[in-house]
Amino acid sequence: MEIARHWRLKEQRYNLTGTVCTKCGEKSFPPRRVCPKCGSETSAPFTFCGRGEVYSFTTIYEAPTGFNETAPYTVALVRLEEGLLVTAQLTDLGNDKPEIGMPVEMVTRRLRSDGDERGMLVYGYKFRPAVV
Amino acid sequence: MTDVIIAGIGQTPVGEHWEISLRSLAVQAIRAAIEDAGGLKPQALFAANVFAPNFSHQAHVGALLVDYAGLAGIEAATFEIGGASGGAALRQAYLAVKSGLVEAALVVGVEKFTDAIGADLETAAATETDSEYEAVHGLTPTAQAALLARRYLHEFNAPAGGLAGFPLTGHINAAGNKNAMYRKAVSLETYQKAEMICEPLNLFDIAPDADGAAAVLLSRRDRLPVDFPHPIVRIAASASVSDTLGLHDRPDPLTFTACQQSVEQALEKAGITREQVDLFEYFDAFSIYAALSLEAAGYAPRGQGWKLAAEGAIARTGQIPCATLGGLKARGNPLGATGVYQAVEAAAQLRGQAGTNQIEGAKVAMIQSLAGPASVAVTHILETL
Repeated sequence: MEIARHWRLKEQRYNLTGTVCTKCGEKSFPPRRVCPKCGSETSAPFTFCGRGEVYSFTTIYEAPTGFNETAPYTVALVRLEEGLLVTAQLTDLGNDKPEIGMPVEMVTRRLRSDGDERGMLVYGYKFRPAVV
Repeated sequence: MTDVIIAGIGQTPVGEHWEISLRSLAVQAIRAAIEDAGGLKPQALFAANVFAPNFSHQAHVGALLVDYAGLAGIEAATFEIGGASGGAALRQAYLAVKSGLVEAALVVGVEKFTDAIGADLETAAATETDSEYEAVHGLTPTAQAALLARRYLHEFNAPAGGLAGFPLTGHINAAGNKNAMYRKAVSLETYQKAEMICEPLNLFDIAPDADGAAAVLLSRRDRLPVDFPHPIVRIAASASVSDTLGLHDRPDPLTFTACQQSVEQALEKAGITREQVDLFEYFDAFSIYAALSLEAAGYAPRGQGWKLAAEGAIARTGQIPCATLGGLKARGNPLGATGVYQAVEAAAQLRGQAGTNQIEGAKVAMIQSLAGPASVAVTHILETL
């Protein structure tokens, strides 16, 4: 069921909420039950600040279903201030050419429109050039 | 311990086989491998396939294939481990025969890309990434490779076009492989003029999706037919290692850790050093993966793998010949079948059956198949007895 599959991720998609290991302090996004560093199963929710810089990026012209309307679009790996990487599209670039090291910040945008006749829209995080 | 022998090999040409179905392609390769092994009958069939459920609306490929290959009744299973499916199915057959529980096991890889077109291909390919945190953002396997390539060129100050040597080498070698998809050498100028697909990757940095099937029949040495006609090639080592599925989950995406560890384990199990390897069939689904694989395998320092291609070290007469029959780029990449093609080609090299592409005196071959950006790396070492 597509709707439930996206709805249950709302804390991640809208707030960039992952986890922090209460034992070793390792932060994770996506959230994880088992800490990838120490193996502990005690984690608490942790909301990332949403600021970072572009680690790498590319532009996609041949898009999968659901992305045809937005193609071409630019996808990046963003290094968050907290140190880890997240995959997301770059948006609101205007005349800015994306480059490695560019400071960016999280915004909420439409990610994709479901290819089927129900026309479900999926919203979530993208990153734009940092305003401040 | 039991020696696991590659008793039979079979393959179809790689390309666009609009007129041949999934099952017919696979059966051609299976029957060819059985014939090559002098009629040896397998007790198990391990099929490798990724996209039949998507493209051909066909799951349960293993059961279908044993029936249509005239082997009904034997054990049948299907393995889907992304691009590493072929290597993984080979490993399962190796384990089965090595254990002594199965006397002869057949591995067949088959992929049928031309049963789908357009966005369906990209949509299916994207399922190989983390669906909830990569694909939902529009990421595809090609884009993953492009992200790595851009960062690589930036971090190590490699020139634009620094990866050209990989596709150029593959195309030179494919010219001598009658089963290859593109049997033609290409010039540096052609590479430089090629259409940009996913910057910085152009058309030649990306191996073509293709139809194809390849099969190998493994058995114990004491079960080979008395008049077995080929030089004997054994599997000296098999190793499979996994890494995170999501590229963003790695502390350093530019190190293919699974690739590195599976090579180290395989070399140790085979009791050899990397310098004793006569040829390396790497997994050049993208030119950047060839560079990262050579670095992970220890043939070049970090950030320097591209130079091996630029300087000719991976040519057939070079220090470590790679993609000796075209590699994924020029032989073509029938995804689930690719790891099995690598085994067929390496066995042909070690038997001395590689024709104009023969690596003189080749005794040890290393083959490696990768799922995604080395989310799984399966490495095998083959040697002549």
